[in-house]
Amino acid sequence: MIRGIIQSLWEVGSKLWEPKYTANYPEVKPELPARYRARIILSRDPDGAERCVACNLCAVACPVDCIDVVKAEAEDGRWYPETFRINFARCIFCGYCEEACPTAAIQLIPDFELADYARSSLIYDKDDLLIAGEGKVPGYRYWDVAGKALAGQAPREGQSAAVDLKGLAP
Amino acid sequence: MSDTPKLRIDGREVTFRPGVDLLTACIEAGVMVPHFCWHGALGSVGACRLCAVTVTENGRDRIEMSCMTPATDGMEIKLRDPESEDFRARVIEWLMVNHPHDCAVCEAGGACHLQDMTVATGHHARRARFPKRTHRNQDLGPLLTHEMNRCIACYRCTRFYRGYAGGRDLDVFGAHDNVYFGRAEDGVLESPFAGNLAEVCPTGVFNDKGWSKGYARPWDMMHSPSVCNGCSVGCNLTISERHGRIRRVENRYHGAINGFFLCDRGRFGPLWVESDARLATPLIRGAEVTPNAALAAAREVIAQGAIGIASPRASLEANYALRRLVGAERFFAGVPDAEAAQDAAIVAALASHPIASLKDIETADAALVLGEDLTGHAPRAALALRQTTRAAERALAAEKGVPHWLDNAVRVAGEGRRAAVTLVTPLADALDGVAARALRRDADAVAAFGRAVAAALRGEAAQDDARAVAAELAAAEAPVVIAGAGLGVAGTVEAAAEVVAALPKARLALFPAEANSLGLALMGVAGGLEAAAQARGARPVIALETDLEGTPLAAAQVVALEALATATTAGAQVALPVASFAEAAGTFVNHEGRAQRAFAARPDGPPAAWRVLSALGGLWDADARVDDVLARLAEDLPVLAGAAEAAPGSGTKPCAARAPRRYSGRTADDLAGRVPEGMPPVDPDGGLSWSMEGAQGAAVDPARSSGPAEDGLHSPSAACLAQAYVGGPLKGGDPGVRVIRPGMELARTPDAPAHPAEGLRVIPLHDPFAAHPSDRAGAPLAERAGRPVMRLHPEDAAALGLSEGALATVAGARLPVVCDAGLPRGHVGLPAALSRRVPARIDAAHITPEDVQ
Repeated sequence: MIRGIIQSLWEVGSKLWEPKYTANYPEVKPELPARYRARIILSRDPDGAERCVACNLCAVACPVDCIDVVKAEAEDGRWYPETFRINFARCIFCGYCEEACPTAAIQLIPDFELADYARSSLIYDKDDLLIAGEGKVPGYRYWDVAGKALAGQAPREGQSAAVDLKGLAP
Repeated sequence: MSDTPKLRIDGREVTFRPGVDLLTACIEAGVMVPHFCWHGALGSVGACRLCAVTVTENGRDRIEMSCMTPATDGMEIKLRDPESEDFRARVIEWLMVNHPHDCAVCEAGGACHLQDMTVATGHHARRARFPKRTHRNQDLGPLLTHEMNRCIACYRCTRFYRGYAGGRDLDVFGAHDNVYFGRAEDGVLESPFAGNLAEVCPTGVFNDKGWSKGYARPWDMMHSPSVCNGCSVGCNLTISERHGRIRRVENRYHGAINGFFLCDRGRFGPLWVESDARLATPLIRGAEVTPNAALAAAREVIAQGAIGIASPRASLEANYALRRLVGAERFFAGVPDAEAAQDAAIVAALASHPIASLKDIETADAALVLGEDLTGHAPRAALALRQTTRAAERALAAEKGVPHWLDNAVRVAGEGRRAAVTLVTPLADALDGVAARALRRDADAVAAFGRAVAAALRGEAAQDDARAVAAELAAAEAPVVIAGAGLGVAGTVEAAAEVVAALPKARLALFPAEANSLGLALMGVAGGLEAAAQARGARPVIALETDLEGTPLAAAQVVALEALATATTAGAQVALPVASFAEAAGTFVNHEGRAQRAFAARPDGPPAAWRVLSALGGLWDADARVDDVLARLAEDLPVLAGAAEAAPGSGTKPCAARAPRRYSGRTADDLAGRVPEGMPPVDPDGGLSWSMEGAQGAAVDPARSSGPAEDGLHSPSAACLAQAYVGGPLKGGDPGVRVIRPGMELARTPDAPAHPAEGLRVIPLHDPFAAHPSDRAGAPLAERAGRPVMRLHPEDAAALGLSEGALATVAGARLPVVCDAGLPRGHVGLPAALSRRVPARIDAAHITPEDVQ
């Protein structure tokens, strides 16, 4: 029994000379990698327009079903979310929504400080989610590659000019 | 060797129906060969090259297009052969060269045949480095969107629109790989069947515009099986809902009725349920009150006894509850006496002759239409009759050895022959162009012509054209005779029955005015509105889904049960909102006497009418279900006992799931941890759940199924897999039960009133897009509905002092006058809904000109 006590004292005592792991959070914030998955944001494309086209792929990829998007359509044919809601009380930060997003609109950022006192404050709507910038994917604009022309939009890269139906040349 | 021919698919031996193509044989054997241009109702054209399979003959393999190859006995084919698999993958890759990368902003995404086929072949990365072809899109009106960049040139749209539905204004333009499917210029697609393009198109060129405005992905909606109540045909619908809003109506395949297609009234009409024209709250003399106050007031009004006005549009359950509440002697139909008598005559005629379903009409080889404007009155039946007109073409092609599924070849080989379809109508008809004989007769002479044909068939003397028609009908293998309430004259139904009685092979199709006209007639009414006015005395009236404005009962004290806000609900003593057909389970009897169950398509609608009536009269316990009502109905009225079997009862386990497995967003609003908030609503009447819990897809019986859901196949193009054979009944039998049987005991027939002999003969003008005021309340259809007008022969109009465009008042309605030389003299054409409110002849003095403001 004596041997046991001495061994325990030795084991614990030997830690006195090891480096300390305690993080002084929240006084000192942790440095997280850029691809750390925490709070979700909606980004904008290079012209400042909303990237989200309300395709609902994030909602369907979400394993806890905490995303709800309602589609609306602008005058020029552009789809956008009329409402975009994420329930962070349910979100498990798996990042599937980001992977599913065809427009790079939905992105997970390293800001993990989401705790709140009321569950209702954890339901984030579009105003809470939408940021001013392009996030992690600079330069991408979905409507350049979609192949569905917006009203008044000139043919983009990879699109021919509108077909002349009356032309018979091969 | 046995009689049934066999072939081997990937080593598995299967039997097939003789005479079909290889693709059909495979699909009927449960093997989904990838395809685009082939369609169960439109046949094969070989445009897309996707259905390639490897055929092994004498030990050598070759690739063939399965839709263009007849299935022969002893054939050996391989689907999982690397060569044909690679071939199909290349075809997809080639189709995707020009297809945009826009599934994210395409309504079809998630229910797209092209998407399914692309995923199935494994094509995921584009190798072509050329610009994609771009087309200019058109505005095709309020019903459909147009996005030509998505087109893969399968020609399904033009084959349906022009070949199947007889439309003229959609065509294919351009040359080589620049083909363009659209109109010659922007404009509304004219055909009343244009909405089907949204389902026929295997990708997203044509989409439902109304759905796009209130969009939810197909996997995100609760799909409920329903039955259309736009006319008496009773087409099966799937109504889709999300977040308490009905968003889309799609075709639900029924082998004997609607098959693959709906009319636009059926597809877009039910959306009125979401309009502002609903009666939203209970009213007492037009003032909003609480439901309990309204119920108490209604009880007080009817305490001394009331008469009941039943509705031919309301379900059997609602009408039966009213009948129980007021008693059989005070139970009247909310239609004129003449129509109530005619509905009873239709039941009597159907009970003693072979009945034709829409499928029977489609496969008939001769037809006689007595007085019906089918395109306006029962549009889906007109689409069926269009197929009848091709019977002679099909017969000639078969004689020349052209298989029936080679649609284009049949059209060429058929030499444009028209089947013996005769239309006898007072006005020019939309089907004139395809009928062999279009005869114009005055409204009162139509029945006489029918009787002359019957006389000729019996070998008696008759005029020449009647004898010619009789000879054609007698020579036919499967003739049908069509009549109904569309013309609003007595005698056509009896005349049609007389013709069928004289023809041993013939079948009879009769179209009453409304979705449940026959259900009400089978229940038996004491008469129509005029009889009700006489029998009323000083009693109050309970009006079930009937607008009494302009009827003899307009002055009565009324308790109105309505889904739609009407003049009656505004002035009623008490007005109680009830569920529309899309918000409560209910049973409807269609034109062939088939009882079909529609289920609630929204969990939060107003209470079913029978529940309100039950609360008024204490008829059933508060927790009673539809089953209890139907059980009591079967006891009371054994003729309608079959109605209870129209669908499995509400206690059936497992229940069927309305939501697809991947229904999303369920926890976006809940406050994690508080369970009751996340509980799905319970449907007491359905045997269907408001969640994804329960049986899905093929595990559900046809009556509760909202369409097939096979793994990997999500589009309407997969409907064939649920059919016993392509175009045949559903696996498990077509839903619904025929309640009209030969020799059945009939309810009391109300007396037909005598018509005034003088005055202008009223001809109902049917509008394919607007049969009922509710059709004008729903946004998409209201834009397509024609302007209600009064039509007069120019000379009659001049005699009345009216000119084109002048306003005239008749029976309280102000209508602009249209002078139409096509209308026979001595007739007046009125909107169909109004024509049912006025006598068959109206005195010219009752048409009063008004000064144009």
